[in-house]
Amino acid sequence: MSTLALPYLAILRARFVLMLQYRAAAFAGFVTQCWWGVIKVMVLAAFYAGHPHQPITLAQAITYTWLGQGLLGLLPWNADPEISEAVESGNIAYERLRPVDTHSLWFARAIAQKAGGTALRILPMFIAAAVVLPLIGLGEWSWRMPATADAAALFAVSITLALLLSSAFVVLLNVAVTALKTRRAANIAATLVNPLSGMIIPLALAPTWAQGFLFWQPFAGLVDIPYRIYFGNLAGAAALEGIAAQVLWVALFMLAGRWWLADVWARVDTQGS
Amino acid sequence: MGEFALILRYVRNCLRAQMLYPTAFMIRLVTQFTVTIVEFGGLWALFARFGHVRGWTFPEIALFYGVVSTAFSLVDMSTRGFDMFGPQFVKTGDFDRVLLRPRPATTQLVGFEFGFTSIGRLAQGLVAVVVAIALLDIDWTAAKVALLLWSVAGGAALFAGILILQATLAFWTVESLEIVNAITYGGVEAAQYPLDIYASWFRKFLIYVVPLGCVVYFPVAAVLGRSDMTGMGAWFGTVSPLAGFAFLALAFFAWGRGIGHYTSTGS
Amino acid sequence: MAQITVENLGKIYRIAARDPGLAGAFRGLFRRRHREIVALDQVSFSLEKGELLGFIGPNGAGKSTTIKILSGILRPSSGRCEVGGLVPWEQRVQHVARIGVVFGQRTQLWWDLPVVESFELLRDIYRVDAVRFAKTLERLVDMLKIAPILDTPLRQLSLGQRMRAEIAAALLHQPQVLFLDEPTIGLDAVSKLALREFVKELNRNEGVTVLLTTHDMHDIEALAKRVIIIGHGKVLRDSSFEAMRNEVLGERRLIVDFAGDVGDVAVEGAQVRARDGRTVEFAFDRASTAVHALIARIAAAHEVEDMRVEDPKIEEVIARFYAMHGAVDA
Repeated sequence: MSTLALPYLAILRARFVLMLQYRAAAFAGFVTQCWWGVIKVMVLAAFYAGHPHQPITLAQAITYTWLGQGLLGLLPWNADPEISEAVESGNIAYERLRPVDTHSLWFARAIAQKAGGTALRILPMFIAAAVVLPLIGLGEWSWRMPATADAAALFAVSITLALLLSSAFVVLLNVAVTALKTRRAANIAATLVNPLSGMIIPLALAPTWAQGFLFWQPFAGLVDIPYRIYFGNLAGAAALEGIAAQVLWVALFMLAGRWWLADVWARVDTQGS
Repeated sequence: MGEFALILRYVRNCLRAQMLYPTAFMIRLVTQFTVTIVEFGGLWALFARFGHVRGWTFPEIALFYGVVSTAFSLVDMSTRGFDMFGPQFVKTGDFDRVLLRPRPATTQLVGFEFGFTSIGRLAQGLVAVVVAIALLDIDWTAAKVALLLWSVAGGAALFAGILILQATLAFWTVESLEIVNAITYGGVEAAQYPLDIYASWFRKFLIYVVPLGCVVYFPVAAVLGRSDMTGMGAWFGTVSPLAGFAFLALAFFAWGRGIGHYTSTGS
Repeated sequence: MAQITVENLGKIYRIAARDPGLAGAFRGLFRRRHREIVALDQVSFSLEKGELLGFIGPNGAGKSTTIKILSGILRPSSGRCEVGGLVPWEQRVQHVARIGVVFGQRTQLWWDLPVVESFELLRDIYRVDAVRFAKTLERLVDMLKIAPILDTPLRQLSLGQRMRAEIAAALLHQPQVLFLDEPTIGLDAVSKLALREFVKELNRNEGVTVLLTTHDMHDIEALAKRVIIIGHGKVLRDSSFEAMRNEVLGERRLIVDFAGDVGDVAVEGAQVRARDGRTVEFAFDRASTAVHALIARIAAAHEVEDMRVEDPKIEEVIARFYAMHGAVDA
C-alpha cells in the first residue's frame, strides 16, 4: 500500500517545499486576505447596524468572512495551470506516460496544491483575526471560535470534505481542459464557484425563495455548509444533511471525472491526439 | 510611427487574432459579464435584505459601483502586459527582448495584449450606472456629467498606477503578486461603498495612501448632492481625481527604477 | 577605430542560496543567504567592422553574459564597453536600433501571427521606411528561402523554419552588428548547414559584423577565423582557430587499413594510438615528421589497403584546451 502511495506522497512533499520557497508571495497573500476580510467585515457591520435581525447574526457573518479568507486556497477557481499549459503545448501526452492512474494523480496533485496553499495561509490569518483582533480591542470584528465541541468536530469532517470536493472539481476541470484542448474550458469555474459557494454573500443572506436550491447545489459544500456547521447554524441533523450533500457531490464529481477522462484517453488512443 | 500609432497597430493585431475564434471570444466576454453582474446581483441581494446602509440607498451605491467598475475595466483592458509582467516577461526572460527593441517598455507592454473581454466588465459597470441613473432623481447638468467622467478618468489613472506598481514589484520577486489584486479588486469592492461607512483609519488609507476615495467617493458624492456626508465641500470632489494622476506619476517613477534593477541583476 | 571595444569588463551576480529539504525551505522564509558569482573577470577584446568572431567556452563561462552586456540589456559591474561609439546600456534605444540579436531556441516573433505579419510589426517597431523594408525583406526571403512560410503562423513551423524566420527578423532593420547566441542549438543538420552558409554570406557580402556564441564546434570550424575562448569569466584565448589548434594539439593522425593481419607495426616518427582489427591509427607530430616519409616507411614494411590523414577532431582540441586551462562547466 505504501509503495502505491509513494508517488502521490512525493508530489505532496514537492509541492509543499515549492510553496514554502515563495515567501514574498506568502506574505503578500496574507496581507491580501487581511485587507479583503477587513473590507467585508466593515461593510457587513455597516449593513447590520441598520437591521441586526437576520438568518445569521453579525458575529456569525463576520466569522464566515474570516473563514472564507483563511480557507480561500481551498476554492477551485481554475484547472491546474500545469495541465492547462501541458494541453496547449502538447506535452499532455507525457501525463499518459507516467505509470500511475491519471485521475488519481491529478486528484493527489489538486489536494496537495489546495492543502499546501491553505496551510500556509490559514495560520497567520487565524492568528490575526482570531487572536490579535480581540487583543487590540476589536473583538467585535474577530473570528469567533466554533459554537460547540460537536460543531468543531463536525467542522473538521466537513472542511475535509470541502477539500476533497474542491479537488474533485479541479480534476473535472482538468479533464475538461484536456478534452476540449483549451484552458478556456475551465473559465466557467469562477462564474459558478464565486456566487454558489457563498463567497459573494453568505447563502443564508440570499433571498429566502432560493435557499432550498442553494443548499443542494454542489458548491455550497465548498464554503457555506462547513462554515455554518462551524458556528452552529447547521447543527445536529441539519449538519449531517449538509455533510451528506458534500459526500454526494464529491462522489458525483469523481465519477464524472473518471468516466470523462477514460473517454478522452480512449479518443487519444484511437486518434493519436 | 509614433508610440500611439504603434499601440493602435498592436490593438488591431490583437483584435484580429481574437476574432479568429469568435465563439471562444464571445464566451469569454459573456463569462466576464456574467461574473461581474452576479457580483452586482450580490450587492442588490444585500440591499433587498437590509434596505439601506447608513443612510445610503441602492441606486446611490450603484452609481459608486458603476463608476469604479467602469474605470477599472478600462484599465484592465489595456494593462494586461503589466498584469502578466512577472510570469510572462520576467520569469521567462522575455523582458530581454522588450529591452532589445528601440521602444519604451511601456508601449510594448500596453500593446502586448488587449483584454477585449474586459468589455464584459465594462458593460456591467455601465449597466450599474444606467440602473443608478434610472432609479435616482437627479437633475443632470453638463457639469455633473463632466464630473462623473472626470471621476472615471481619475479612477483609471489610479488603477493603471496600481498595475504598473504590481509589475514593478515583479522585478524583485518573480512570483505574480496577489497582493496587488487585493488593491485592485479589493479597491473595486471598497470604493463601491461611500467611505463614510468605514472606520476612520480605513477612510484615511483610502484617501492618503491609495486614493480611491479621492477619485470616486468625493466626486460621485458631489454628483449625488450628498457632499454633506463627506466632511468636505462639493468643490473638493472636482479636484480630488487629480490624486489618481499623481499616483500614476509615482508608479512610473518606481517602474523606471525597477528597470534599472533588472538591467543590473540580469534575469 | 574598432566597431566593438570591450575593456576589462567585469560582472558579479548575487544570488540567493537556498538550503535543501523541508527544514531548509522553512528557514528560507525568515532568512536569506547570498553568494556571489563572478560571471566575468577582466574581459577585454575588440572587433573591427565586418569581422566574424566565434565565442566559445564551457557552460556558465560567461558567453551569454557578454552578449547581454554588449546588447545593452545588462549592466556590467566594472569595465567599459562601446559598440559603434555608443555605450549599450546607457544609450539603449539608439543602440538596439542598430543591432540584431538572435537567441537560439527563443523567438521574438509573435506566436499566433503569420510570419510576414510579425515582420511588418517589427518594421513599425523599428521605424523602417516602407520602401527599404520591402527591398530588405525580398532579399532576406530569397537568401533564407522562407517564401513558403511567410503566411504561416509561427507556432505551426518547425524549429529549423522558425530559426530562419528568426534570423530574418533580426535583420529587417539592417543592423550593422549581429549577435547570435547559440543559434544552431536543436537544429537538424540541413538547417545548421543552411544557417552557417547564410551567416558566412551575410558577413562576407554585406559586411555585417557578427559575434557568434556556440557549443557546436562545427559552427566555429565553418565560420570563425577568429575565436575567443572563455572559461570561468576570463578570456583564455583570443586568436585564430588554427593557431590555437596547432598549439594545443599539433599532432595529426594517419589511419591505415592493412591488407593482412599485422603484428608489430611500430614505425619511426609516429606512435600507435589505436588498433581495431586491421585498422591502425598512428599519431605524429606535424613539425618533426613529414607525412609522405611516414607513409613510405609504413607501405614499405606492410601491404596497405587504404589510408587517410586526419586532424584531431575539433571537439578533442577544445576539450584538451579546456583541460589545460582547468575550464569546466560552471
